[in-house]
Amino acid sequence: MAYRDERLSEEKVFKDPVHRYVHVRDRVIWDLIGTAEFQRLRRVKQLGTSYLTFHGAEHSRFNHSLGVYEIVRRIIENFKDRPNWDHEERLLCLSAALLHDLGHGPFSHSFEKVFKLDHEYFTQAILLGDTEVNQVLRKVEPEFPKKVADVINKTYPNKLVVSLISSQIDADRMDYLQRDAYFTGVSYGHFDMERILRVMRPMEDQVVVKESGMHAVEDYIMSRYQMYWQVYFHPVTRSAEVILSKILHRAKELYDKGYKFKLKPIHFLSFFAGQPTLKEYLALDESVTLYYFQMWMEEEDEVLSDLCTRFVHRRLFKYIEFNPNSQMNEWMELYKLFSKAGLNPDYYLVVDSSSDLPYDFYRPGEEGERLPIHLLQPNQELRELSRLSDIVESISGKKRTDHKLYFPLDRLEEMSNRSKTKKRIMEILYG
Amino acid sequence: MLENHAKLMQFFSSTDEVIGRKRLQKMIYILKKCDIPFEERYQFHFYGPYSEELTLRVEEMCNLGFISETKEEKKNYYQYRYRLTENGREFLNHYEMDLPPLEESIKEMNGKTSRFLELVSTMLFFENLTKEEVSEKVYSVKSTQNYTDEDISDGWKFIEKLRSFH
Repeated sequence: MAYRDERLSEEKVFKDPVHRYVHVRDRVIWDLIGTAEFQRLRRVKQLGTSYLTFHGAEHSRFNHSLGVYEIVRRIIENFKDRPNWDHEERLLCLSAALLHDLGHGPFSHSFEKVFKLDHEYFTQAILLGDTEVNQVLRKVEPEFPKKVADVINKTYPNKLVVSLISSQIDADRMDYLQRDAYFTGVSYGHFDMERILRVMRPMEDQVVVKESGMHAVEDYIMSRYQMYWQVYFHPVTRSAEVILSKILHRAKELYDKGYKFKLKPIHFLSFFAGQPTLKEYLALDESVTLYYFQMWMEEEDEVLSDLCTRFVHRRLFKYIEFNPNSQMNEWMELYKLFSKAGLNPDYYLVVDSSSDLPYDFYRPGEEGERLPIHLLQPNQELRELSRLSDIVESISGKKRTDHKLYFPLDRLEEMSNRSKTKKRIMEILYG
Repeated sequence: MLENHAKLMQFFSSTDEVIGRKRLQKMIYILKKCDIPFEERYQFHFYGPYSEELTLRVEEMCNLGFISETKEEKKNYYQYRYRLTENGREFLNHYEMDLPPLEESIKEMNGKTSRFLELVSTMLFFENLTKEEVSEKVYSVKSTQNYTDEDISDGWKFIEKLRSFH
């Protein structure tokens, strides 16, 4: 029997708090789960620094990847024998779903911003390079790694296959919304996924939803909106993210200036230099990163030591709402006052915006901008969701954005009450 | 603070207006591929390269009053126009931008259809491949757009011209 068709003698199941069970019968999928690169995802948290706000949010990209695989497996079961669906694409879909997040590094978003990296590049490198994952995929057929890479890169010719894993209502989002809600303990991220899966239909180049399933989709859109503002953009999580990003900036700045670290940051050197190889990239997970943060607490550089202590001991920055338009002059004055107070404003006075976040909520957009969610009407015509749903129209029509100013209030409070600088800073910040 | 927003405002200050979000998306991507240091991250989407970050930044700039957005109802869809406001110009005065002049490139791109810009940005997305492979990719991932060999050849000439400006 060809490797691609091999089945395990008995079905394997993973207990899962979101989907109850993740079912694996294909030998290829089982072998992929066992690779070093996939197992590494256990050491990369799904929600980055959110565990400092929601103590339960310690779940990993490993959990999530299995969840996305399971959702795609169920969708494909429903699609079998439907028009437009080519069941020959089954294994490709399952593999791409399982491996879609393979290139995420530690605290992915901040790392990528600071070191100008792209996890999608590393996903491709893992799939196509000298890795265990590549070995498994190549056993299916020599071109299979490239096909999986193309699906994840969204450049595979069959757009229906791509849309299962990446679209406005895809398996990726359906898993992370429910999983993140479960592990953070919030009650927002729930929706009737079983209902959505039942009313999904394959079209030539996208997945659509029967109009009768509109209310289930509305619930999904609402949960996406609520999770965005209540979990992903939580101001305390953003504070941790600001500090994390400043730690990485500071370490890189010190390295560039030739600073002698007490503990040579071997795992970071190629990141500082801007060219990590795949091997170096894979060697730096969150456990290693947090080890360095612990060590850097003892560094002589006060900024690095202070920022790491803040992160490890959760002494986060405080924040106020900030309007960069009306408060530009105040910002410039604060910048000078912080310097005068001995607080380097490049590290201790930070504006964080909603666009700094790697999440979004649903917007229908303009014609040809990006593919919206389409409802399939009884007459077989497609209509964009917000044209039929008042709830979705009201959410997606309103542009809500946010900016906050972060700073170390504890350091300001330590200053003498007789200090004019402190008095003026506090006046600007708190009126 | 907001340096990436300021770069985008510099872009808007180099033209009267930009008509269409799709056009805006493709223009910033094409300029990025011409080594203009915009930081917005792009991924390949159904209609070619698309940046969620850009969408969010534009929303933020609208909410802050730095650019104006006008929504127009077309036959089956909405279209949006963007202009830099006086507030935006004032904000931009606080920055010393090191972007090269963008006027000529923007004028060239404004003279093309958004369908053509979709083609050019798709070609640039695959530009690490050989020209023959890029054509193959365009035909396979953009099969419904029915681009011709002539369109692709025009695309390469256009890319060359834009790059000569910078």
